[in-house]
Amino acid sequence: MVAEDLFKALADPTRRIILDELTEKSGQTLFEICGRLSMKHQLTISRQGVSQHLAVLDAAGLVESRREGRYKYHDLNTAPLRQIAERWPAPEPPGPEESTP
Amino acid sequence: MKIHLTSVFVDDQAKAERFYTEILGFVKKYDVPLGEKDRWLTVVSPDEPEGTELLLEPAGHPAVKTYRDALVMDGIPLAQFAVDDVRAEYDRLHGLGVHFTQEPLEMGPVTTAVFDDTCGNLIQIATQPQ
Repeated sequence: MVAEDLFKALADPTRRIILDELTEKSGQTLFEICGRLSMKHQLTISRQGVSQHLAVLDAAGLVESRREGRYKYHDLNTAPLRQIAERWPAPEPPGPEESTP
Repeated sequence: MKIHLTSVFVDDQAKAERFYTEILGFVKKYDVPLGEKDRWLTVVSPDEPEGTELLLEPAGHPAVKTYRDALVMDGIPLAQFAVDDVRAEYDRLHGLGVHFTQEPLEMGPVTTAVFDDTCGNLIQIATQPQ
């Protein structure tokens, strides 16, 4: 049930870029996120549109909003991604005895 | 047509005068009493005494608070000032206790940062693209 929100959130390329930018620096205002999308990624998207993407990421638990005085910051939370690794575990990396000649 | 004056609403004109002159480094141009307590208070850049004036306008109108609170919450600045070096200006202002909602950020040819003017507004500083 929670996973549905997670996959939906990750399915959109703009939302993945928002996550990339929050990985670079967690704790951004809506204005900063919009600036990064338009200036760094040449994405023409309205503030309203970015707000809606943040709402989807928020529903999936990937982004958390925090009020600090008069400002609102958006933080990254990658904890929900653990569900994916647990459901489809990656193979163990090769051990040291295999990598030594 | 030229833009010769623009304005920001400030909570307290005396406090704004101190912040915009002592902290930011602008110089006062006009200071004319208006009514009982309000003033026609403008500042200019010391580099351009005849340049665009910034009016520090009393935020008395009831609509101002709603308008500014909504913009400040989302980190949206109400004015932009040009500086030679955003990072150097950030270091200087940060050292003076100015609070930034966006640290210096390089975005292609432009570097910007956003700070709180302590009078109710967010202000962006930016390098001019070369």
